[in-house]
Amino acid sequence: MMGWRALFYKEVMRFWKVSFQTVAAPVLTAVLYLLIFGHVLEDRVKVYDQVSYTAFLIPGLVMMSLLQNAFANSSSSLIQSKIMGNLVFLLLTPLGHWSWFVAYVGSAMVRGLAVGLGVFAVTALSTPMSFVSPVWILAFALMGAALLGTLGLIAGLWAEKFDQLAAFQNFIIMPMTFLSGVFYSIHSLPTFWQGVSHLNPFFYMIDGFRYGFFGVSDVSPWLSLGLVASTLAVVAGIALHLLRTGYKIRG
Amino acid sequence: MPAISFQSVSKTYSTDRGPFQALDGVSLDIQPGEFFGLLGPNGAGKTTLISILAGLNRATSGRVQVMGHDVREQPALARRQLGVVPQELVFDPFFNVRETLRFQSGYFGVTGNDDWIDELLASLGLTDKANSNMRQLSGGMKRRVLVAQALVHKPPVIVLDEPTAGVDVELRQTLWQFIAKLNREGHTVLLTTHYLEEAEALCGRIAMLKQGRVVALDRTSELLRSASSNVLRFKLDAALPPELASKARVVGRIVQLPAHDAAEIERHLSAVRQAGLVAEDVEIRKADLEDVFLEVMNQQQSPMPGGGSA
Repeated sequence: MMGWRALFYKEVMRFWKVSFQTVAAPVLTAVLYLLIFGHVLEDRVKVYDQVSYTAFLIPGLVMMSLLQNAFANSSSSLIQSKIMGNLVFLLLTPLGHWSWFVAYVGSAMVRGLAVGLGVFAVTALSTPMSFVSPVWILAFALMGAALLGTLGLIAGLWAEKFDQLAAFQNFIIMPMTFLSGVFYSIHSLPTFWQGVSHLNPFFYMIDGFRYGFFGVSDVSPWLSLGLVASTLAVVAGIALHLLRTGYKIRG
Repeated sequence: MPAISFQSVSKTYSTDRGPFQALDGVSLDIQPGEFFGLLGPNGAGKTTLISILAGLNRATSGRVQVMGHDVREQPALARRQLGVVPQELVFDPFFNVRETLRFQSGYFGVTGNDDWIDELLASLGLTDKANSNMRQLSGGMKRRVLVAQALVHKPPVIVLDEPTAGVDVELRQTLWQFIAKLNREGHTVLLTTHYLEEAEALCGRIAMLKQGRVVALDRTSELLRSASSNVLRFKLDAALPPELASKARVVGRIVQLPAHDAAEIERHLSAVRQAGLVAEDVEIRKADLEDVFLEVMNQQQSPMPGGGSA
């Protein structure tokens, strides 16, 4: 049945009705990062030859905003519905676990991509950008949004209170995004922290995404693609299992 | 084939103080077209039973079927047959009434449903609220939207969990007229309520739950007949003699005593007189469902009035 389309549409409308908060605000935040860090570091940091620091920073900021907002969309929608009690309207319907998954993750991707596009549109005005390989850009944007939308779905199912969700966001998602090479190349880190960064799936999303713009990256984009795709597969499998068994939503 | 079939449904919750048995082997069948009442005090298991029926909760053991579809094995088919009005007054604050109903319809795969949505809005007195945000509606209006949401996919079986709790007289009338009309058109209705007058007026058959067990199951008329046929009611300024106090229902000065026949009425009154008390405003009335309910709930051993036959 086509029930997932109604849920997908509802989930998109839910953030779109408050787009000032869900799209415009994160775009502004990213622009502020660019202004501050770009201004301070432009002449001091050189990551790749031929690439200015501001240009280097832009894909990182786009991806960071995209990932955070994809996560925020599915997780906050679910926790709100659970706490308001209106999740019951979905639980009473014949929608199966795939429908829930496609609708929640799909709408999270729409929000992540909308914010990412917004950040890019505004920041790209400040410096000329290259697009060596748009296919890589698109592939990492879509997979990153799907992965974080799925993580948000799991966090939203798991959390029973807003502060549990905030803990998930502030102690797991935020450090992983900040320590993933948004603002620097991990080659500039001490060896130990380089090793730690290689365990962070967010690093591969940002590194691969950046490759699409400049044609250079810290690791091979194929390695990044493989790691991000397998992480997505594992996390999606967990999310589908939780939805199928009604984890924390059916008694 | 019954519209709803509960077969030995049990539910045990694990709590901090050990396991709690909310339902203990509940079995009952509701036939298509019935208006069925599920009564019981708070905590008797009514909402748990309905949650299991609706797939919000899972039975520890037993089977539940809706129009022949098992709620665990064929959840999508079972839920398509069911329209459930939840007890809690919940809503989605992002949307207006019409959007809420369109989405709900869409979840069931029903699109282009605006004619039926308009009919529901009109029947429930919501037409002029169609474009109001859910947040702006009063409690009673939100309740009407809950009913419309439950009916948006035209389910043959309608379940109402305490639909009139905290609802004003006008809405109760509108609601019952509408539900009674749906029932006349062939919908099966399962109702839980605390308003026993409503149950007596509407339900053809009634089950009473107590501590997770069915303690009475019969036609409403049979339940009324099987109970003490009369109630002796009077006012008293002092405490009742102990032998009467154990049987009586006392609210303030008003004393009500079940009585099967004239001799029993005389015995009650003479006991009052012998205690040196004066009964005022004495009257005798027919027992109603509330009396039956209290009688059933106060029985220690729980026989089944009417033998539990359909």
